[in-house]
Amino acid sequence: MAEATARTALLALLRRDLLLVWRRRGDALQPVLFAVLTITLFPLALGSDAAFLARIAAGVIWVAVVLAGMLSLDALFRSDLDDGSLEQLLLSPQPLALLIFGKVLVHWLTTAVPVLLATPLFAAMLQLDSNLYAVLLLSLLLGTPLLSLIGAVVVALTVGMKRSGMLLALLALPLYVPVLIFGAGSVMAAAQGLPYLGALLVLGAALALALVLAPLAAAAAIRIALS
Amino acid sequence: MNPIVRWFHQLGSPPYFDGFARRYAPWGYALGGVLMLWGMWLALYQVPADYQQGNSFRILFIHVPAAWMSLFIYGVMAVNAFIALVWRIKLSELLAMNCAPIGAAFTLITLVTGAVWGKPTWGTWWTWDARLTSELVLLFLYLGVMGLYGAIDDRRNAARAAAFLALIGIVNVPIVHFSVTWWNTLHQGASIRLIGPSTIDASMIAPLLFTALGSKLWFIGSLLARTRTALTDLELGKDWVRRQLGVTR
Amino acid sequence: MHTMIANAPPLLQARQLVFARNDEPVFGPLDFQVSAGEALLVQGGNGSGKTTLLRVLAGLLGASSGSVHVNGKPAEREAIATHTALLGHLLGHKGELSADENLQFALGLYGQREGISRSEALEQVGLAGFEDTFARTLSAGQKKRLALARLLLVPAPLWLMDEPYANLDLQGIALVNGMIERHVQAGGAALITSHGAYATPAVRTRLLELSHG
Repeated sequence: MAEATARTALLALLRRDLLLVWRRRGDALQPVLFAVLTITLFPLALGSDAAFLARIAAGVIWVAVVLAGMLSLDALFRSDLDDGSLEQLLLSPQPLALLIFGKVLVHWLTTAVPVLLATPLFAAMLQLDSNLYAVLLLSLLLGTPLLSLIGAVVVALTVGMKRSGMLLALLALPLYVPVLIFGAGSVMAAAQGLPYLGALLVLGAALALALVLAPLAAAAAIRIALS
Repeated sequence: MNPIVRWFHQLGSPPYFDGFARRYAPWGYALGGVLMLWGMWLALYQVPADYQQGNSFRILFIHVPAAWMSLFIYGVMAVNAFIALVWRIKLSELLAMNCAPIGAAFTLITLVTGAVWGKPTWGTWWTWDARLTSELVLLFLYLGVMGLYGAIDDRRNAARAAAFLALIGIVNVPIVHFSVTWWNTLHQGASIRLIGPSTIDASMIAPLLFTALGSKLWFIGSLLARTRTALTDLELGKDWVRRQLGVTR
Repeated sequence: MHTMIANAPPLLQARQLVFARNDEPVFGPLDFQVSAGEALLVQGGNGSGKTTLLRVLAGLLGASSGSVHVNGKPAEREAIATHTALLGHLLGHKGELSADENLQFALGLYGQREGISRSEALEQVGLAGFEDTFARTLSAGQKKRLALARLLLVPAPLWLMDEPYANLDLQGIALVNGMIERHVQAGGAALITSHGAYATPAVRTRLLELSHG
């Protein structure tokens, strides 16, 4: 008998989810496109003065990333819930928190990494000072997995509900506020020549904490939501 | 068994709680109302005008107790949420869920009175300092708990999900406060301290105490009344409710 | 083997099991047990709580009161997970994965029973040749068979089968009964729900009637 261990289960899940994303790879571009469109709206609404755009660039990019991330949250568990495979995860002897961690990892790889790769494009669109590219990328690198992890807990709470889209956004946004503040704020600080490492370290610490706690919280929330 | 512990156990029984709430909710309202009115009278007529702000500072006697209540009620909600999740006590679920609208109301009062205070004092209705921003996020958290509770059909599951959310949120408020404080250090000039007088004059203590205590008693009365209604609604098919309502069928 | 079965505690035992929603009783109090080598048929009309009972036994729902014991010990989540396999209403296949890939994933989660390979399982349920077909193009009956193949492959001794005959033709019904017979004779156990008068498996089968609503 081949034993299933936590490791084989996680690997099987990662393989499955990556395969699923690959088979619908067109969908993977949607968050990036949404972010691009959102960012486009700002110069259209506020005028294209280069100096002004450069000042708001980091904040606008961060807001666009937060919104794009929020919209893609529902997909985290939706299809698994609908076809019963979420149930299979709950029934498996392996820790649900570990499996959820795997799902969030794949979700982040497929929704946030394209956005990260497109960041230079966003920065160019908004005339961001090229010295700040590195800080912006670093803040997004630390912040987007944090957003995915926090979002996973909120999605887990509402997983049983049919039309939870708007409610999901309303529940997630207050929890996203500190991430946004430290993320965009770090770039703002760098722009003013102030120390920005502290903000990044706070994000890093929060990420480390969330990596451990968020899957556990999400597992508990799913069991509550599906009971 | 310790009589206090025994009383808590008794309180968890729906018929007992119903009787308890029916007796004491009116007292909460009445005493709370009297104390708050007394405090307001002192605030309006007895406390001397501030040398800087004139009379407009008097709104702090509503603003400060409301702010305290908004945080205190979240604490009460979180404790009940914890009990509800760990021990699955129905009454704790209802108490936690009924704290939310009361807390949201106090938070709204805090925000509105803060804005009203800000306009004549600092010339602006709103400012993004740490306290007001955290208060705003607190309001969203309350509304989120209420929204989640209302969106799930099964009442007990809804309560447990919303209780879980409340516990997640309680971590968020100090974090938001901390983050906005830091953020304001980047934008000097945008931070306005919303605590006006730096020292509390002796004459201000009494009205503050009265309104603070009064609002707590009012909260207890309101919570008992709301929870009693919710409990009756939940237990509608049970015998004790039928006897209460005089339904003979 | 048979003496061991006679002395061993029952695979699953429910004592005074009750489940209520919003204080409305769905089923209970129930007392029953399933031992290795047995099949238990749970019958009841629509809404009698059969599916809920299975979900409680599988560990998806918490009972309102009463207890479930696995191998004589109070059931912890891991014990239930390793000893039971659920065939529910939602079959748990990913549409964009092939039949074989779906099985591979299940094995990664649950482990694999000794002595049977994925292709053998597919053959037994009549899906030989469908290994690389995407699950979404399978018919309802074929999806059911794929779920049955999963049951054959996972190591759990107790099968919790909710309406296993649904969506199956006569051949499929015979397949299910055959599977249950072989499984039970090899020392496994099965708890089956049904609301109709389907042919019951020709093994020692006891009956549990749920009547409510």
